[in-house]
Amino acid sequence: MKAAVLVFPGSNCDTDCFHALKDVMKMSVEYVWHKERSLAKVDLVVLPGGFSYGDYLRTGAIARFSPAMEAVKKHADQGRYVIGICNGFQILLEAGLLPGAMLRNKTLSFICKRVWLKVEDVNNPFTCRLKKNGVLSVPIAHGEGNYYCDDDVLKKLQDQSRVVFRYCSQAGQLGESFNPNGSRDHIAGLVSEKRNVLGMMPHPERVSEAILGCEDGKKIWESLLAEVSS
Amino acid sequence: MNYQAQVNVTLKKSVLDPQGKTVLHALHSLGFEETRDVRVGKYFEVKVEASDVKKAEEKIRKMCEKLLINPVIEQYSFKVSEG
Amino acid sequence: MAMTSLSSKITPEILQAHGITREEYERILEILGREPNITELGMFSVMWSEHCSYKNSKPVLKLFPTTGPKLLVKAGEENAGIIDIGEGYAICFKIESHNHPSAVEPFQGAATGVGGILRDIFTMGARPVLLMNSLRFGRLDNPQSRRLFSGVVSGIANYGNCIGVPTIGGEVYFHESYEGNPLVNAMCLGIVPTKEIVKGCAHGVGNPVYYVGAATGRDGLGGAAFASRELTEDSGEDRPAVQVGDPFMEKLLLEACLELIKTDALVGMQDMGAAGLTCSGCETASRGSTGIEMDLAKVPRRETGMTPYEIMLSESQERMLIIAKKGKEKIVEEIFEKWDLHAVKIGKVREGHMMRVREGEKLVAEIPAKSLADEGPVYIREEREPDYLKEAQTLDWKKLSIPTDLGVVLKKLLEHPSIASKAWVWQQYDHMVRTDTVFYPGSDAALIRIKGTSRGIAVSTDCNGLYCYLDPYEGGKIAVAEAARNVAVSGAQPLGVTNCLNFGNPMKPEVFWQFHRVVEGMTAACKALETPVTGGNVSFYNENPTGAIFPTSTIGMVGLLEKIDNRVPSFFQKEGDLVFVAGETFNEIGGSHYLMVIHQIQKGLPPRLDLDREVRLQKFLMAAANNRLMSSCHDMAEGGLSVALSECCFNPKGYLGANVPKLQRQNDLREDALYFGESQSRVVISVDPKNREKLEKLAEKMKIPFFQIGKVEGDSLKIEERIDEKVGTLAAIYEQAIPKQMTSS
Repeated sequence: MKAAVLVFPGSNCDTDCFHALKDVMKMSVEYVWHKERSLAKVDLVVLPGGFSYGDYLRTGAIARFSPAMEAVKKHADQGRYVIGICNGFQILLEAGLLPGAMLRNKTLSFICKRVWLKVEDVNNPFTCRLKKNGVLSVPIAHGEGNYYCDDDVLKKLQDQSRVVFRYCSQAGQLGESFNPNGSRDHIAGLVSEKRNVLGMMPHPERVSEAILGCEDGKKIWESLLAEVSS
Repeated sequence: MNYQAQVNVTLKKSVLDPQGKTVLHALHSLGFEETRDVRVGKYFEVKVEASDVKKAEEKIRKMCEKLLINPVIEQYSFKVSEG
Repeated sequence: MAMTSLSSKITPEILQAHGITREEYERILEILGREPNITELGMFSVMWSEHCSYKNSKPVLKLFPTTGPKLLVKAGEENAGIIDIGEGYAICFKIESHNHPSAVEPFQGAATGVGGILRDIFTMGARPVLLMNSLRFGRLDNPQSRRLFSGVVSGIANYGNCIGVPTIGGEVYFHESYEGNPLVNAMCLGIVPTKEIVKGCAHGVGNPVYYVGAATGRDGLGGAAFASRELTEDSGEDRPAVQVGDPFMEKLLLEACLELIKTDALVGMQDMGAAGLTCSGCETASRGSTGIEMDLAKVPRRETGMTPYEIMLSESQERMLIIAKKGKEKIVEEIFEKWDLHAVKIGKVREGHMMRVREGEKLVAEIPAKSLADEGPVYIREEREPDYLKEAQTLDWKKLSIPTDLGVVLKKLLEHPSIASKAWVWQQYDHMVRTDTVFYPGSDAALIRIKGTSRGIAVSTDCNGLYCYLDPYEGGKIAVAEAARNVAVSGAQPLGVTNCLNFGNPMKPEVFWQFHRVVEGMTAACKALETPVTGGNVSFYNENPTGAIFPTSTIGMVGLLEKIDNRVPSFFQKEGDLVFVAGETFNEIGGSHYLMVIHQIQKGLPPRLDLDREVRLQKFLMAAANNRLMSSCHDMAEGGLSVALSECCFNPKGYLGANVPKLQRQNDLREDALYFGESQSRVVISVDPKNREKLEKLAEKMKIPFFQIGKVEGDSLKIEERIDEKVGTLAAIYEQAIPKQMTSS
């Protein structure tokens, strides 16, 4: 499997994603600088976390105009896979590859901690190796992860089962007190209509090795590997 | 001609503004009980060159829609003056 | 070329405004052989300020041991010290204060403090891999303290999170002595392949000098001078002296500089921090024993109408000076262009020893570089034992009543914000980015792995200001020993120390006496533990209208774990493990948090630290870790045994209880000293029953007092007949203490 990790000015989880895919998952991985206009034929594009362009103006607002984002759109149009993590998710929203927008966390502060995620859908290439309604422990690290969309979009997301992860309790219950940032319908991650683009606020690359205390994130990479090799 | 635009960006009415709510709460606790609501927004000053004020306004509108606001959550208004 | 702009006559008022004494001015006249112009005077004033020259502290700092077999760069030689850790890598680390800017504008003050310490590290060629910070505020029930606390924390978070360097730990204390004069000490550690270490020096006559990074504005004018003045009631008016940080710019600068290091175009690099262009220019020239020339007309500016004085003294952030190889200019320019940064050739390395500053054709300053950088004045300050000391050390503890309900005492201690969980703080910091963080904040030491090796680096910061106030010598010793112990309990070997010495006005003989004693105490501990001092900084003039702060010698201790698989966590790990105490408890309650919180007394002699015993304990801990004999190990600090046992139970993966039926009683111990006293060189260890015998033998061999006190079991903490509390209840108090106060405003 071949993957590309996009690098924007201000990306800071690019090396983490690279490490998880290459050193842990043994994929073939390359960095792609945001000024590049084409992507070599890769199976997966990763939009990593960070503060692209300092998150000035709005998170992801400037990065979406990068030349490389045009190539990402083409890549996605061809049905190949894109995962946007944290700031990468925010960029996908700004670029219109996924619907909705991000608001500031309801606490108004940056939050970095492990949260519980309920796997709501396994009918997509990113979670096909996971159990539906299973619970994962994955950390978040963001100041603006409060997902917002209007009622029509929300209905569509629900009807098409496009919500992949929701914040939940350790036992898998949903509720305000388990939702760290106030996101609508407890949404932590969702896929595009064609189910080949995933955006998620939590960081699976941070829990992909035993030495980091948890390997729950690895299951997403394993799902992709299984999907691509099948 | 040089023009200066004053652009105000606010969250749409339907979108919860946690920052505004916090400020509202703080104002209440400081004794400004009469405060009904607070919305926190952004303000831009943009200097542009254009042949006339209509053209300047047109440019500012495009800037807003392309970059300065996110239409999913935000709305804008602006004033253009010479200078 | 004739010297121009000599027009502004140097008057006594101007000298005073620059903090230059009559004697210092005489020296300047002697050095130059003429009167300085205002720009030159400004340059001398910042370079000869305490912040840059250590003029008041140098003779005392010489006491520190600064050599060791693994030291590649020693204290004072460069921006930060460097230690070899094997496998081709070295670590580079430093701690620095940003107290005064944070008092005036907490968010930006703290943010730029983080920015500055990051530049100190990557200017040496090292990639910053972790940040820590040591913070002190006034009491948390004071709204002003809460404002400073929350501003500082969000400033640190804003900068560190954005640049993508994890903030993995530190400490926070709250005490009225820091009211209005918070301490913000930021530490950074970087990793560098030993063959890529970069020096901040200029050599090779004709080599070009580049200005890279952000444009220059009137930020922080006189900031270095500002940091060296006492805070007064009208410091609020000093607002323009606060710089504003741009972490995004710094991220670009960091990546561009590290990319440049991989090429063969670089000679030297120096960050523009305090005193900006002046400092970086004269220090690089002085270290390289060359001259340097720069043309201010070429310096990128953010504001119009800036004078040479303002440009030379500006403290605009996120800028670096780079000495490149002649003929390789294109390489430098292309890298910075890639990162959308300025890289402007502003001058060159010259023969001789002069720092020569032009603005176009006009010569605006010409000063021997060494006289600015290395030949500042040095003073031996008067010192005198403070009057408060005798009285403060007197405590007739035999008259103190012992509380009947020790469970209540424990809960009060767990609720004190200096002891309580700091999750409210560190959950605002991205402490996981870079995916190297193995022990999260909340552990005794933070621990990171080094990818591609078997190694780990453990770091801890520590200082108990109350101890230093009550007994500066012992307090200085304990700060070092405890920081080392925090590293050793994780299984790592302490390697070296960086420190931030926060004191009051050194012109006051009592303050200088404290300073001298603390440094002596630290020196004794550093020598015994074989941890040389690799650098740091001194922050004087930490005073508020009621007097000086507690003397606070913040220690940043760095240790190496050769096999990270041998790491030892701080928390109990599993039901059935046996709980031991290593070390001996004495009737020591002077200066304890128990005494302060329960009896409202801040007096007495703090605990005594026996360095031989401490060294033995730490060797024992490292040996036990290397043989994987311990399930967990936790240092006993503020709140003593009971608080330490509680903390061991608060495993973030799930609480565990402990049953402690019988404590070891020796030395006619009082109950309160046993439960809450802060005797030094003690740790709580949990052991799998199968390792018990081996560990006991090791302890016996190394002459460590070692007693089993109980077992990990159930969901309560039970200590003899005196304490029986659900761990969940204790944890809720511990975790909610700070959030409760912060939402009450």
